Amino acid sequence: MAKAKVRGKVTFQEDICKGCGLCVSACPVNIISLDNEKINAKGYHPATIEDMDECIGCASCATMCPDVVITVERL
Amino acid sequence: MAVVFKKTKGLTDAQTHYCPGCTHGIVHRLVGEVLEELGVLDKAIGVAPVGCSVLAYKYFNCDMHEAAHGRAPAVATGIKRVRPDNFVFTYQGDGDLASIGTAEIVHAAHRGEKISTIFINNAIYGMTGGQMAPTTLVGQKATTAPNGRDEAHCGKPIKMSELLATIDGAKFVERVTVTTPANVRKAKKAIKECFKLQLEGKGFGIVEVLSTCPTNWGYTPQEALKWLEENMIPYYPLGNFRKPEEVE
Ligand SMILES: Cc1ncc(C[n+]2csc(CCOP(=O)(O)OP(=O)(O)O)c2C)c(N)n1
Ligand code: SF4
Ligand code: SF4
Ligand code: SF4
Ligand SMILES: [Mg+2]
Repeated sequence: MAKAKVRGKVTFQEDICKGCGLCVSACPVNIISLDNEKINAKGYHPATIEDMDECIGCASCATMCPDVVITVERL
Repeated sequence: MAVVFKKTKGLTDAQTHYCPGCTHGIVHRLVGEVLEELGVLDKAIGVAPVGCSVLAYKYFNCDMHEAAHGRAPAVATGIKRVRPDNFVFTYQGDGDLASIGTAEIVHAAHRGEKISTIFINNAIYGMTGGQMAPTTLVGQKATTAPNGRDEAHCGKPIKMSELLATIDGAKFVERVTVTTPANVRKAKKAIKECFKLQLEGKGFGIVEVLSTCPTNWGYTPQEALKWLEENMIPYYPLGNFRKPEEVE
C-alpha cells in the first residue's frame, strides 16, 4: 500500500471500558468493535481493534469516550 | 511516535459511576482538560450538585465542595467572595439548576457573581429514576409522565440559556452539545471561553450542554445521541446567546 496516509495507534485501558460503543460509531474507518468473546473486570464487552494498520490517528474515538479509556498516538 | 490524545491531569484516577455511554463523562473530561490547559488546577474550587453528578468531587482533580440540591451557585458565591483569587465553578444538572435551584442560578447571574457554571441538560431527573424535569420535552415520557409531557398540564420546557441571557450580570451564555467529535470540540471551546471570562474578572458565565441519559430515556447510548439531535436541538438551539463584547 502507498504510504501517503497518516497512521495511528490506539490503546484501550481495557479493564475500565464500559462497552458503550460510542467509540465504535465515532471511528471514520470502522475498525473498532466490542469484543463479544471477552468480559472485562467491570462485566462489559470491551472495545477492541483488530486491524490497527487502518487507524488514521484521528482521535475521534477518544473524543467520544465518556470514560477516558483511550490513548491515541500518531506514527 | 507522538501522543495525540491522553487522559488529562484535570481528572483523578477514580472510575466514574456513570452508566455506559452517559455523556456526563465526556463533559467531565472537557472540564478537566480546560482546567489543566488554563493552568488553574491548583486554584480551582468546584461545587458539585445533587443529581447523578453528586460524586463529581471524586472525579475532578481540584478542590471540591458539595452543595445541597440546587444551591451550588449560592455556595460558589460564598467561596468566590471570600477567595476572589481562586477559580470557582459549579457543575449542575437540569433538575438541580432549572427546578429546585432556579432562584439560586438566576440571582447569582443577576448579581454578576464571578463564577462559571456547567449546566448538564439531559431533560430528565436522572439520578432519582427518570422523573419529568422542567426541561423534559413535550411528549417525552418520564416515570411521572407515563403518557409523555402534556403541555396543557405542565407548560413547555424551560429554556434556561435564553432566560439567563436576558440578565445583565450574565456575561457569557452558550448552549452546546457532545453528540459528535466536532460538537465535543465546540463544547470544549465554549467551556474554555467561559472559564477565561472568570479569570479576566468579567462576571458570570454559563455553558449549557445538551446531554444524554440513555438509562432513563430507554435507549442505547448511540440511539440516545440520535434522539438528542432529532428532538432536543430543534427545541434548544445550539449557539452563543451572550458574549462580553455584545454586553458592553
Ligand atoms: C432537597 C432535595 N430534594 C429532592 C432531592 C431528590 N433528588 C435527588 S437528585 C434529583 C434530581 C436530579 O436531576 P438532575 O439535576 O437533572 O441531574 P441528573 O441526575 O439528571 O444528572 C432529585 C429531585 C434531594 N436530594 N434533595
Ligand atoms: S484514532 Fe480515529 S481511526 Fe483510529 S481507531 Fe480512533 S477513531 Fe478510528
Ligand atoms: S467509548 Fe470508551 S467506554 Fe465506550 S466502548 Fe469505547 S472505549 Fe469503551
Ligand atoms: S441515570 Fe442517566 S444521567 Fe445518570 S449516570 Fe445513568 S445515564 Fe447518566
Ligand atoms: Mg438531568
